[in-house]
Amino acid sequence: MSALLEISNLRVRFALTGPIKARLMGLENRFLDAVLDVSFAVTAGTTFALVGESGSGKSTLGRAIIGLVPTQGGSVRFQGGEPLRQGRAAVTAYRRQVAMMFQDPVASLSPRLTVKSLITEPFVIQGLKRRNLDAEARRLLALVGLPADFVGRYPHQLSGGQARRVGVARALALSPQLIIADEPTAGLDVSVQGEILNLLTRLQRELGLTYVIITHNLAVVRHVSDEMAIMYMGRFLEHGPTQEIFARAAHPYTHGLLAAQPRPDPDKRRDNVELQGEVPSLARRPVGCEFHTRCPRARDLCRAVRPERQTVTPDHSHRCHFPLTAAA
Amino acid sequence: MAADSVLSIEGLSIEFQTPRGPVHALRDVSLAVPRGSIVGIVGESGSGKSTLSLAAMGLLPENATVRGGRILFDGADVLTMGTAQLRALRGRRMAMVFQDPMTSLNPVLSIGAQMTDIQYRERASAAHKRAKAAAMLRRVGIPDPEQRLDNFPHEFSGGMRQRIAIAMGLLGSPELLIADEPTTALDVTLEAQIIHLLRELRREFKGSILFISHNLGLIAELCDHVVVLYAGEVVEQGTVREIFHGPRHPYTEALLVCDPARIDAVSRELPTIPGDVPNLLQVPAACVFAPRCPKVFERCRRERPGDHAVGAAQSARCHLASA
Repeated sequence: MSALLEISNLRVRFALTGPIKARLMGLENRFLDAVLDVSFAVTAGTTFALVGESGSGKSTLGRAIIGLVPTQGGSVRFQGGEPLRQGRAAVTAYRRQVAMMFQDPVASLSPRLTVKSLITEPFVIQGLKRRNLDAEARRLLALVGLPADFVGRYPHQLSGGQARRVGVARALALSPQLIIADEPTAGLDVSVQGEILNLLTRLQRELGLTYVIITHNLAVVRHVSDEMAIMYMGRFLEHGPTQEIFARAAHPYTHGLLAAQPRPDPDKRRDNVELQGEVPSLARRPVGCEFHTRCPRARDLCRAVRPERQTVTPDHSHRCHFPLTAAA
Repeated sequence: MAADSVLSIEGLSIEFQTPRGPVHALRDVSLAVPRGSIVGIVGESGSGKSTLSLAAMGLLPENATVRGGRILFDGADVLTMGTAQLRALRGRRMAMVFQDPMTSLNPVLSIGAQMTDIQYRERASAAHKRAKAAAMLRRVGIPDPEQRLDNFPHEFSGGMRQRIAIAMGLLGSPELLIADEPTTALDVTLEAQIIHLLRELRREFKGSILFISHNLGLIAELCDHVVVLYAGEVVEQGTVREIFHGPRHPYTEALLVCDPARIDAVSRELPTIPGDVPNLLQVPAACVFAPRCPKVFERCRRERPGDHAVGAAQSARCHLASA
């Protein structure tokens, strides 16, 4: 199987201040690196999960893939080409193939548009006005399991789960090959969360879709993804097949994240908290390994030298001087 | 209810007046928070858990009408108290931590100003109040508290702000702390830290906590006693072990089955609860869960189930539990 999406050494940086102010204030680094040196490939028909805490750069990475934020290096290759470097027409065509499902569907749906307008808006944007929009709206609603009479509803008349389905329908409108879903289940109750994930799974099976799911919910990642990457301060700290990472996490951060998941069993309470503190500010990136300020296993080497990418197996890699897999 | 309960809610029913008619938000809700314990209220959106916590604090909005029942705080009914009595209670004997610390802290006042303001009852010098605020910040894990008292809420991260909100809640050493989804806005690693903090604080301050969440994992981690709310009714309650190891109400069972963290075998097909939460403008006359219940039978649609005791502290509002 060839890769549908291939990201190599991608970097996204935002300027904190202008060059003159930075000079006046004596700032050495006026940039903030939100995504640093990220490489991965997604095979057609599979699900890739990006996991990380707030501020890890996972949403920025998702936006960079679809070209919503400019990149400062590296490449985004889709089906062998580099559409984001080939001018407007190529970008428009690319965005027909790749759809984005935004976080918080109620906020991302315009409150003044009906469901029909919302889910057929992509056709209008792409200049496909000659399509029968009523028929398309009915087709899309049926696809995501909503009754056809929802066409006349407004976002405030939808429940959280229904709004999420409308978001899925909108993403599916142009029959894309790849869907980037930013926190597809955040804020949903567990029973509804299952419905949305099952819908995504069914659509993947029926339409052969490829997903990049951005989430902080590891319990969900374990069930729905084939491959995953753990992000921290813009970098992939660990990357590999999902089941392997859950079984043999190499990076202490991954291990800490897994241990921080609450277990719904009163007999398995945790007495200690493995990961203390919070993610440092991106403007003050720690020297050496970025994670050393919170790492329970940090040593002198970690505070001085940034670890390079190392592999455990050909497709399982991490960035740690003292991986948990080394001891065994 | 037990006499040593700090909070005891008996048969509480609350309606909201809306243009489309009254919404029956809570119906015949009874629960107790024994002194020194952590009681968890779990329920999905719209189950009435926030209404319950606001009612206990006497903070119900204007369009709410209490249709019956009592809320006893240390034996006195909160619902019949006047403003002065409520003010004496709130902040000192009971306190609340809200979901979003960015909206519950005042953005234009420094943390120090807010933390000394809420000690307005104490006859102490400003310096003393400030020292007390700093000590409490240190206790909840904020580094350099003396300096940080001069910072404003936006200068703290989300996790820090929630720690500050908890510190403010604990300043008056309350007998009861109500925490309404205190970790929903936080990452898992911070969530674990806050839960750990709440557990330690309970030990130190010997207070009781009413913990409201939709996250079963957190309830299992923290609580002694669990109350399951569905569409405004307590469908089941019991000790945390009774609820997690031997649920008797089909809704509790379904909720536990749906939690992906409890499913050991990896599966793309996750269990769900089919159907929707009933519209509380027209509450089903019989069992409120009957339209979605996998074990529904004819009696459920005809007759309202009572609360049946099924264990030492466990009861379920289900016909199946009556046998």
